[in-house]
Amino acid sequence: MSGQHNSGQGEASTGEPKNYLNWDTSIWGWLTTVDHKRIALMYLFSILIFFFVGGLAALIMRTELMHAGGQFLTPQQYNVMFTLHGALMIFLFVVPGIPATMGNFLLPLMIGAKDVAFPKLNLISYYIYVAGALIACFALMNPLDQWADTGWTFYAPYSIESGGSVVLMTFAAFVLGFSSILTGLNFVVTIHKLRAPGMTWDRLPVFVWATYATAVIQTLATPVVGITLLLLIMERLFGVGVFDPKLGGDPVLYEHFFWFYSHPVVYIMVLPAFGVVGEIIPVFSRKPIFGYKAVVYASIAIAAVGFLVWAHHMFVAGISDYSAIYFSVITFGVAIPTAVKVFNWVSTMYKGSIRFTTPMLYAMGFVFLFMIAGTTGIYLAVLAVDVYYHDTYFVVAHFHYTIQGGAVIGLMAALYFWFPKMTGKMYNDTVGKIAWVFVFVGFNLTFLPQFKLGMMGMPRRYFDYLPEFESLHTVSTYGAFLNAFGYTFALVNLLYAWIFSKRKASENPWESLSLEWKTPSPPPHDNFTEPVIVTEWTYGYGTPVEGGKH
Amino acid sequence: MSHSDSAHSDWKLGDPPIVHHMDSHTAYDAARLGMWLFLATEILLFGGLFAAYLFYHWMYFAEFHHASKSLNWQLGGLNTIVLLFSSYLAVMAVDSVKLGKSEKAYKYLMATIGCGFIFLIIKAFEYHAKYSHGLFPGMDTFNSEAHQVEYKMFFGLYFCMTALHAFHVILGMGLLLWAALKVRAGHFSSKYYTPVEVGALYWHLVDLIWIYLFPLLYLVG
Repeated sequence: MSGQHNSGQGEASTGEPKNYLNWDTSIWGWLTTVDHKRIALMYLFSILIFFFVGGLAALIMRTELMHAGGQFLTPQQYNVMFTLHGALMIFLFVVPGIPATMGNFLLPLMIGAKDVAFPKLNLISYYIYVAGALIACFALMNPLDQWADTGWTFYAPYSIESGGSVVLMTFAAFVLGFSSILTGLNFVVTIHKLRAPGMTWDRLPVFVWATYATAVIQTLATPVVGITLLLLIMERLFGVGVFDPKLGGDPVLYEHFFWFYSHPVVYIMVLPAFGVVGEIIPVFSRKPIFGYKAVVYASIAIAAVGFLVWAHHMFVAGISDYSAIYFSVITFGVAIPTAVKVFNWVSTMYKGSIRFTTPMLYAMGFVFLFMIAGTTGIYLAVLAVDVYYHDTYFVVAHFHYTIQGGAVIGLMAALYFWFPKMTGKMYNDTVGKIAWVFVFVGFNLTFLPQFKLGMMGMPRRYFDYLPEFESLHTVSTYGAFLNAFGYTFALVNLLYAWIFSKRKASENPWESLSLEWKTPSPPPHDNFTEPVIVTEWTYGYGTPVEGGKH
Repeated sequence: MSHSDSAHSDWKLGDPPIVHHMDSHTAYDAARLGMWLFLATEILLFGGLFAAYLFYHWMYFAEFHHASKSLNWQLGGLNTIVLLFSSYLAVMAVDSVKLGKSEKAYKYLMATIGCGFIFLIIKAFEYHAKYSHGLFPGMDTFNSEAHQVEYKMFFGLYFCMTALHAFHVILGMGLLLWAALKVRAGHFSSKYYTPVEVGALYWHLVDLIWIYLFPLLYLVG
């Protein structure tokens, strides 16, 4: 970045073309920016801080679990640690995750708009996120009271009785939900109203479709958890007994309310990653995406069906047999659109000329990991099997395959793919690939043993275990350290390239046909140098007429 | 923006604001769609409360019936009329500003806000009556008295639902006041009145939620 405080437009006096990064480099210019690209970067740095802290909490837990018997944490400290890990990773890292960072950056670029529909609202939702994050950190590491120890789900009635930080933490989650709602609302309106001429719905990149489906869930599901958390706060402050059995309330109602949001929220986490992979695979296979419409409808179907399956988290919570059967069957239904997507990605690669770049490796890793995640999800949807697997490490492993193997690997793929566009620099691809090996091997080493542990009956959230679980736990801990090293290595590689790399990225280093690559890297403040008119489908790779009409 | 100053020097007060990323017609559509989506989120927010209410109404039918009798349906009914009338005033405000009658629109908006005030005052009387009978959650009398827990559940939900609604009334009044002051300062004309329209939309939602709260709490109970 050039250090000049120049807020004017047009060409800089240095001759370097003005882009969104060097447009106004003052701190104030960044903090008050309404440019979606800058807000995306501010989100990115914020969420990565919490990824780091949440990761540290995970490593502390894994170190404690490395050997049987208490190591260096008390059981209460262990409870605090998994709450810290879960709450930071879910509310502050993965939920904003891809939508707030890559979605914010790419959505207007991909549809040929100059910004999101409500740029000021976009900035406001960032600051609401920051406020929520500060409250959450205070609650999770409360210097005045017992640290929150309920787990990220705040299940009643324990959350009604546990220490005072729970009120603050639920309030933080409420505030963060508000930020998420505003982002989702902004995206839905942007996609409806700001598509460039010619960017019809059936030409939209699949990432935009995935973000659209995500934004709808963000807008419609989040208010329900908002009111749930408010009721929990009312319960704590005024003794309104909605979830407290002592006052005639029903804790199972809390679980229904909570999962009505928190099941769709896993699709908020993973749908954007589906979109990322759908962008990367065609580019590096040099083939049009296979079954574009199927991919799009699958995204919408997942979003819709995602609203109807929440009680599969509650098969052993005392719901009726009939509703359990209903939720089990509908949950099987989620496998259909998900499998459609996997078939489409694999078919896109089939007979393509594949380039194994770092983003492509992450995308392929995603497909592999998500297949394991989806398949094990089916086990858990089977009523009889779930009785045995519920609340074991099998669930922990399944969940991390979907969320880390899905959302986080998806975010890494996206960062490696769009890094040249975001920064105008190229990174070292070989180092990126080596880091990917650490991430991929480390991840599987951490969580594959946990499937086995769960099958053997190891319960989740336990601070200690029987000796027969020890060897698998030890392997899992080694894997966690390898995994953490891989992420650090991969992110440092990018950071290093941004600051020190001399290799400038061209406008379109991957030879993609998507709109965001038809503007300079990094893009100018207004995204495009000339008005955008779309005449082609996004995925016309390798067809007789390059970019032929769809 | 410096470049807009020269390019749009014919801009005057009452015209749509110039934004760099879309034309004014798109901005109007976007604002309305945005508000409709926001209203959907509000309905889902209250939806949780309605679901909880219906569930416990079904669980504790007799107690809810008994507790609901202690609410003053005349005052609740009066408030319903006040809010319905305020919605009519909000519609008239939008209509006036569309026709360029700013002064009339300002008066309608202030009258709408006035109705909001009346609603809150009547609500305060009702709250006070419950408070003096010790029926407010968190009070020692509420907890210690020999009320059945199911009976308390009704009042817990009653206060959560109506307080959240009252909070939305206050928000709506603030939004309309902001719009009214801008109307008076001449910011809106028949060419540009988006904030008045979306403010009125929000107010209708506040009204609509009460239309469901009133029968559920005062009549059906």
